[in-house]
Amino acid sequence: MTTFFAILFYTAVAVLVAGLGMKIAQYARVPAPLKIPTTPAPLTRSGAAMRVGREVALFESLFKANKPLWIFAMAFHLGLALVVLRHLRYFQDPVWWPVTLLQPFGIYGGLAMLAGLAALLVRRIVIARIAYISGPSDYAMLALLLAIGASGMMMKMVAHTDIIAVKMFFLGLMVFEFRPLPADPLLALHLFLVAALMLVFPFSKLLHAPGIFFSPTRNQADNPRDRRHLAPWAADLDRERT
Amino acid sequence: MADIEIPTLGDPDERAIPCLKPGAMAASKPYVAAPAHNQALGFPGELVPDWHDKAIGRMGELLGKYRSLQVFMDICVKCGACTDKCHYFLGTGDPKNMPVARQDLFRSVYRRYFTPAGKALGAIGLGKLVGAREFTKDVLDEWFNYFHQCSQCRRCSVFCPYGIDTAEVSMAARDIMDTIGHGHKYANEILGKVHKIGNNLGLPGPALIDNLEGLEEDLKDETGLDIRMPVDDAGADILLVTPSADFFAEPHVLGLMGYAKVFHAAGTSWTISTKATEAANFALFIGSYEQMQKVAMRIREAALELGVKRIVFGECGHAWRVAYSFLNTLIGPMDFLDPRYPKPQHILEFTWDLIKRGGIRLDKSGNDGMVLTFHDSCNVARASRMGDFAGGQFVIPREVIKACVPKFVDMNPDTTHEKTFCCGGGGGLLTDELMDLRIKGAAPRMEALADVTKREGVTHMASICAICKAQFTKVLPVYGFDRETVVSVHQLVSNAIVLGNND
Repeated sequence: MTTFFAILFYTAVAVLVAGLGMKIAQYARVPAPLKIPTTPAPLTRSGAAMRVGREVALFESLFKANKPLWIFAMAFHLGLALVVLRHLRYFQDPVWWPVTLLQPFGIYGGLAMLAGLAALLVRRIVIARIAYISGPSDYAMLALLLAIGASGMMMKMVAHTDIIAVKMFFLGLMVFEFRPLPADPLLALHLFLVAALMLVFPFSKLLHAPGIFFSPTRNQADNPRDRRHLAPWAADLDRERT
Repeated sequence: MADIEIPTLGDPDERAIPCLKPGAMAASKPYVAAPAHNQALGFPGELVPDWHDKAIGRMGELLGKYRSLQVFMDICVKCGACTDKCHYFLGTGDPKNMPVARQDLFRSVYRRYFTPAGKALGAIGLGKLVGAREFTKDVLDEWFNYFHQCSQCRRCSVFCPYGIDTAEVSMAARDIMDTIGHGHKYANEILGKVHKIGNNLGLPGPALIDNLEGLEEDLKDETGLDIRMPVDDAGADILLVTPSADFFAEPHVLGLMGYAKVFHAAGTSWTISTKATEAANFALFIGSYEQMQKVAMRIREAALELGVKRIVFGECGHAWRVAYSFLNTLIGPMDFLDPRYPKPQHILEFTWDLIKRGGIRLDKSGNDGMVLTFHDSCNVARASRMGDFAGGQFVIPREVIKACVPKFVDMNPDTTHEKTFCCGGGGGLLTDELMDLRIKGAAPRMEALADVTKREGVTHMASICAICKAQFTKVLPVYGFDRETVVSVHQLVSNAIVLGNND
């Protein structure tokens, strides 16, 4: 089991990093030929960066669109962020002090994440409009995240696992040493699902995480009369013309 | 029109989200372009035999040229924030008019041919698991119908947490359909007229000059003054580029007379060019950069030929988007123009500047008895700007209107500013065979207008877009309003401006 999970996590990390790297490179490479910020938009590039920052941190547009959805999405994402930060302790020795500081709140993060996910799932099933636009992969993604959260919470609340050994396993992986992983079915399920999430990340709608930084309607400054904006392929057209 | 079911209007504060009516608008589609219309633009005359491969090839090209398209295809999480935002969905209840569902018509094909999961699962017939579909003739038909039920108004993009803009997707879809010879008659026929004659209406130079002389006589009768409408006047300061509807249609032409009065009162020399007798640029609607550049280039040529110092655009929504957001890209740099003025400038920026400086005088009694509201046109509101501050496109038209009329009232805030609703006829859909769609799509705007009419006694709704004006003239009567309820902003200026004694 140790070897299986060691190989699985090396593979998952490699796929995640390479896959995301290729996608980000693609988004950066493809030009945005026209200025298309959704207006009113900030007039400066720093203002546009702030706008993207607000979208990422506060879900500004979603707040305008739908308040209940905003609450569910916030609960899930903030909860997830807290849980991920808390899990950093499995990869560090000694543990960073901010991570230690967050330790007592991790449990609430886990609960918020599960509550948010459950609400998102119910909404997807109950509201006819959302059910209409939902495909198998949309439900699968929510189920995967719910299962990860639930199995993690089970280990915290119900059936504890040997977290010292888990930590040794991951610290070992980071220096290419295989150290034994506890033979605990709940842990195995949790880790397997996390690896699955990492593997599907670059091929799924989870690309919204890097993608939002490249969204032209949000990251462009509103200054087309002052600065001429020209994509490389459009510049080639210009040269052919003259 | 008798058999069209007209939506009932309620309280805009409690706008009802319709129940899903799958297939409600499945039969709605514009006419397919004839070979002559397509070929005039360099597209194949009719659907080519190898359309499938050509379409996929073109999709790949566009994905490599437009970051918006590539990113938007990948990042939608199907959260549904957009599902109740489109006027065509609100008016028809057809679920494929929900922005995300409309995008998915395109995205499903993208996933099948451009993503690892879609390619792998699609090859064994399981594409459905990841939302991937074969590009069949049925799917193409669906594209033609539903990508011509999007007015590219960008309201959905305001609310999307990632800024996904369905307009970008529908433009790409129309570009692909043109590439395989399956174009949209209304848009392509009009673009052909622009290339051949110079404007959307197909109005040749001599007819235009004759018409403008008539308008000068009307102005003389009305004011007793020699207010000119100059054409091809080399050496004039300003080139006015305005939608050709301004030369003929009502209430558009009343706005044109307003521009002439403002220029006259300001003592500015200006001209219209017979080369650029059209501000509209329908190439935007079909998503063709090359066509858009070709149409825009007439403006550069006209400006250079006439040696003008400034370019001013008349009241037109999508034209202002192309002018404000794209002109510098398409035909720039415009070094030959006077750097002290915005390049280009909107007629409302020009008029507002004069009002602020006291360069023209206005007398509100010229609009006595009128209570105005303002319809923000989508392309001005969400795709461009006026003035030197964010949101100037909302402030400046309202300030000009308030300076001209005794009373101004805004409509429900969920239907104005960046949240404004499309008139129902934008994006190249202002064609009679789509009347059912146009009437239903106008419902949210009509609801908000009916509300202020009832509560505040609004008598008129001003607009700054030729398409909005034409669309409202048609659909207002359907909803029980007078067709003359819609007015040009410069029509109000025209009524209020004090001429002849400005010393």
